[in-house]
Amino acid sequence: MSVLLIAEHNNKEVKPFTLNAITAGSQIDQDLHVLVIGNKADEVSKSIAQVPNVKKVIQIDHEIYENYLPENFSPVIITQAENYSHIVCSANTFGKNLMPRVAALLDTSQVSDIIKVISPDTFLRPIYAGNAFATVKSTDKKKCITIRPTSFDPAATSGGSAEIVKAEASDATTLTKFVKREEVKSDRPELGTARVVISGGRGMQSGDNFKLITAIADKLNAAIGASRAAVDAGYITNDHQVGQTGKVVVPDLYIAVGISGAIQHLAGMKESKVIVAINKDGEAPIFSVADYGLEADLFEALPQFLEELNKLNTIQK
Amino acid sequence: MKILVAVKRVIDYNVQIRVKEDGTGVVTDNVKMSTNPPDDNAVEEAVKIKESGKAKEIVAVTVGEDKAQETVRKALAVGADRGIHVKVEGIIEPLAVSKVLQKIVDKEKPDLVFMGKQAIDDDCNQTGQMLAALLNWPQATFASKIEVKDKSLEVTREVDEGLETIEVNIPAIVTCDLRLNEPRYASLPNIMKAKKKPIEQINASDLGVDTKKRIEQIKVEEPPKRKAGIKVANVEELVQKLKNEAKVI
Repeated sequence: MSVLLIAEHNNKEVKPFTLNAITAGSQIDQDLHVLVIGNKADEVSKSIAQVPNVKKVIQIDHEIYENYLPENFSPVIITQAENYSHIVCSANTFGKNLMPRVAALLDTSQVSDIIKVISPDTFLRPIYAGNAFATVKSTDKKKCITIRPTSFDPAATSGGSAEIVKAEASDATTLTKFVKREEVKSDRPELGTARVVISGGRGMQSGDNFKLITAIADKLNAAIGASRAAVDAGYITNDHQVGQTGKVVVPDLYIAVGISGAIQHLAGMKESKVIVAINKDGEAPIFSVADYGLEADLFEALPQFLEELNKLNTIQK
Repeated sequence: MKILVAVKRVIDYNVQIRVKEDGTGVVTDNVKMSTNPPDDNAVEEAVKIKESGKAKEIVAVTVGEDKAQETVRKALAVGADRGIHVKVEGIIEPLAVSKVLQKIVDKEKPDLVFMGKQAIDDDCNQTGQMLAALLNWPQATFASKIEVKDKSLEVTREVDEGLETIEVNIPAIVTCDLRLNEPRYASLPNIMKAKKKPIEQINASDLGVDTKKRIEQIKVEEPPKRKAGIKVANVEELVQKLKNEAKVI
């Protein structure tokens, strides 16, 4: 038994969620190998080789892998998959797009978005937007699994020295062409991995009002999130969306401002360690998951909140 | 051009999910069911493409129990031309659904297949990608914008980093994000008209597809409950609690 993990990276750096997936992968089996498919991604392979949980890095380098297309990635994964009992990767938009294509080609019924490894064939996964947890056992010989990154700690990034081997590229796909990627650049911590997240909902009333949230995020070194309602209303871009169809976040502190707490939003944040809700509707469902609820008009509460934070001598970063 | 749209019947997104006491699943008796929300976006997009003159026919397909037909009927009321209901009993996994859909694609020969990016019941997010693999077609997942070109589609995808644009050759599979469009409501006359549109019934077993489960569901349970929190009187108290009690700032 051994595990093949597909790394997500940008040819320069490994993406943080791959480190969480490595932790889960090594809980399935200690013999964990990582496949790095990319273009001139030597630095990525080297950094993954230093992760103590990783036993071997397989690097496939070719210019056709500059951008990640599942039509290009799956043939080489299938070739490599022969030697492994489990093929795993993170359950973010990268892995969600890729893994089912691989699973179907291997004739395997994929187990999506696991939050716990119970045994090498049995896993815990949320269903119905996290309103129920299912324990499932895969009976396929070869298993394809995606891992909810926020449910596992990131693996240590130094101390290891796995060997790096090269493998052959496959033919380039003619089915799909990469056109462009519009990434939103920010100096803030990433939403998926931030220690503190402050999110705004429809109650913010406009995109401009998000500056009240930004000011507090600056003070707390927090990432900025939003409910689907706020994104759909055009107050903020989609990459900030927290929820069943957005990102799942598990920060130490989650502050929900002007968010009513629809089931689909709760699915994305209710595992946070401490939840604060600020809402003027005392009956809002968000209060049912909040550790600290403040029933108040956010346009008064947020400036006061900033003022109180300014009074503190020290703030954790 | 011909578009096949796959729709799934699920527990309505507004229903509070209850787990069965015996741990075998969630309560579905006397619970409101509807079309999986992003599948509505898939139907809407197909109808819009047809209205623009770029598609001639829309076929709506579902795989499920007898009542799953309701979702096809709804698609017909919104603008699909005819329906297919592939009958199966009980739970069917995405891999098996994609094999069934592969047979339907072989028979119908559509140029495009649309469906929602994820079903809100099992949250698997697999079927579109699996169908693309089985057909060796390109896949454009999590689509928030679709532009139909001559022999290809330009699709904007919602990804973690922001937006990604790809061009896929036709035939192609597209899985739709909620942000793709605003699904319309069916008008009463169209609901009446839809009752006359044909729905073909096919038994999954007649398609020669193995729909046996590969994943054993051992138990379904309630997620751990959060312990009840408190309401604070004002912002000052909130900040003090966060600093001294929760110790998170």
